[in-house]
Amino acid sequence: MQFFFFHLMPYADLDLETAAQYRSAWTVLPNSLYDPVKGADLYNRYLDELEYADTLGFDGICVNEHHQTAYGLMPAPNVLAGALSRRTSKAKIAVLGRALPLLNNPLTVAEEYAILDNITRGRLIAGFVRGIGAEYHASSVDPTESRDRFNEAHDMIVRAWTEPGPFAFAGKYYKLPYVNPWPRPYQKPHPPIWIPTQGSPETMVWASAPERRYPICITFSPGAVVKQNLGIYREYAEKSGYTATPGQLGWAMPIYVAETDEIARREAKPHLEVLFNNLLRMPPEMLLPPGHTSAAAYKKFIEQRRGVTTGVSTRLTLETMLDRDIAIVGSPATVRDKLAAYESETSFGNCLALMQFGTLPADKTRASMELFAAKVMPSFRTATVAAM
Amino acid sequence: MPPRESTLSLRDCRIRLLRGGSGAPLLYLHGEHDAGDWPEMLQRLADSHEIIAPDHPGFGGSDLPDWLDNTEDLVCFYLDFLDELDLRDVHLVGSSIGGWIAASLAARNATRLRSLTLLAAAGLYVDDTPPGDIFIWAPDELLQNLYHDQEIAAAAIAKSHAGEDIDLVLKNRFTAARLAWQPRLHDPDLHKWLHRIKLPTLILWGAEDRVLPPTYAAAYHQAIAGSRQIVLPACGHLPHRERPAETAAAITKFLAEAR
Repeated sequence: MQFFFFHLMPYADLDLETAAQYRSAWTVLPNSLYDPVKGADLYNRYLDELEYADTLGFDGICVNEHHQTAYGLMPAPNVLAGALSRRTSKAKIAVLGRALPLLNNPLTVAEEYAILDNITRGRLIAGFVRGIGAEYHASSVDPTESRDRFNEAHDMIVRAWTEPGPFAFAGKYYKLPYVNPWPRPYQKPHPPIWIPTQGSPETMVWASAPERRYPICITFSPGAVVKQNLGIYREYAEKSGYTATPGQLGWAMPIYVAETDEIARREAKPHLEVLFNNLLRMPPEMLLPPGHTSAAAYKKFIEQRRGVTTGVSTRLTLETMLDRDIAIVGSPATVRDKLAAYESETSFGNCLALMQFGTLPADKTRASMELFAAKVMPSFRTATVAAM
Repeated sequence: MPPRESTLSLRDCRIRLLRGGSGAPLLYLHGEHDAGDWPEMLQRLADSHEIIAPDHPGFGGSDLPDWLDNTEDLVCFYLDFLDELDLRDVHLVGSSIGGWIAASLAARNATRLRSLTLLAAAGLYVDDTPPGDIFIWAPDELLQNLYHDQEIAAAAIAKSHAGEDIDLVLKNRFTAARLAWQPRLHDPDLHKWLHRIKLPTLILWGAEDRVLPPTYAAAYHQAIAGSRQIVLPACGHLPHRERPAETAAAITKFLAEAR
């Protein structure tokens, strides 16, 4: 098992009461609620936490991309990855990922990633995503073009990394007479490409295709859904004539560790509930703009929702999160057992732990990280060694 | 008399077509919210005109062709359509996105047209007055914002909750996004060429339009020389649905004078 420390960099000082008056914490939440003085402290604190994960022996640290939201303050994740690249020495730096369809010229991603890969001498993991629905409101990119733009941008970037330049690229969305990025990536043939996903079938088929075999990470889903989706990926791989390795199967989930289950739950509860209820809050029109999801998937969602009065949403409690394994919270033994059970059921090999979430303060974040690194991670190292 | 339904295959696309009435031909180009429909206004206009009401490619009962990327594709499709049916002296009427297609078509090639009527037409952008965000509004909120009369909105909401036409609603919504998400509900080049429209033109709007406020009517009125502008009080984005009798009467009067 490889362990990654995943940060979202939320605006933890958000005035939750005022924010609740708006449609969402995304796109329409006025940025007058952002205080740069507090923000400066948060950025530096969060970067410290990511650097600390390197010191504690995590295999990798992760940043990601979201726009116009208090949920995460990383609209330009490669800026943060750049800051980390010179202050860490061992951990992989995983950018999970850049949202390719939102860009007018995705070749900039090939360039930025190649710089990071050079500076870190090959510690970069290059994540590619389509971006969640809200990004299409924020960027005004047509969501019905999302998948085609993603595929075309991906193809151009991989060609830019592997074929001698300059060459001309003429796609439907991107037309460049000269594709010739300097620098070229440090890793051969290019940095590992990872695909964070909520498990849409199209993405799973695409990522698992034998010519790609891109590792996926299922993000923020109940344990049963993660199990199902990782199983689907493995099935696609088998159908394509190969067996997926644990390194291709990842799960990103909030984790909190304290001395006992009771303490862990008490301490994590308010902060996890802020993450899911205040920061991730958005209506279906923002989460699923037309074409971002297929009409069939959209219809299913609408029909499940019919009869539910609009405006009244169910608050997701810690208890529900734990029942459904949306988050893993407890003593080191509890967290260890839970991860081991999922490991043996799914053979997932990349654990992307979100250890700061919502309003969780710095001291609690660090204490949980330390316990996790000291009392959870080692038992999986031994197991891996023994299995080899 | 109910309209006759037929299909027509053109440019690798099978479209559904409603026709009814008799008289001078009137081609009606619908908006997102009445694809596949025969609204009361059309029934009224059918007393004195032959109404031709197709579902746009990608909407209602028509196919979604591979070639459909933007509104200009529909403009050229309807130029082909006019040729294919050999329609002459056509009164072109369009609502919302359909009005956008109609205005652009008239600017491009009006040889088969006799007049142009724009009902709360999209297609332009007025600085400092962005259109209402039809894509962020919740389904009920959208219907409330389409109508001024909230009793009509409530009936439309009740109908939508029954869920019978969900496939149609989603199909129309997906294609509307393809045409109007970016740039939002407009073509940044259209305003440059509206002066080419020399046809008798009626611009009819609801005073309480929350999608495209009446400043958009003024923009069209200003851009098309000699156009007439009518703004109906106490009316939202869909005058042909909210005020069908008045809208039909205004169009009939205008068309009689445009002969």
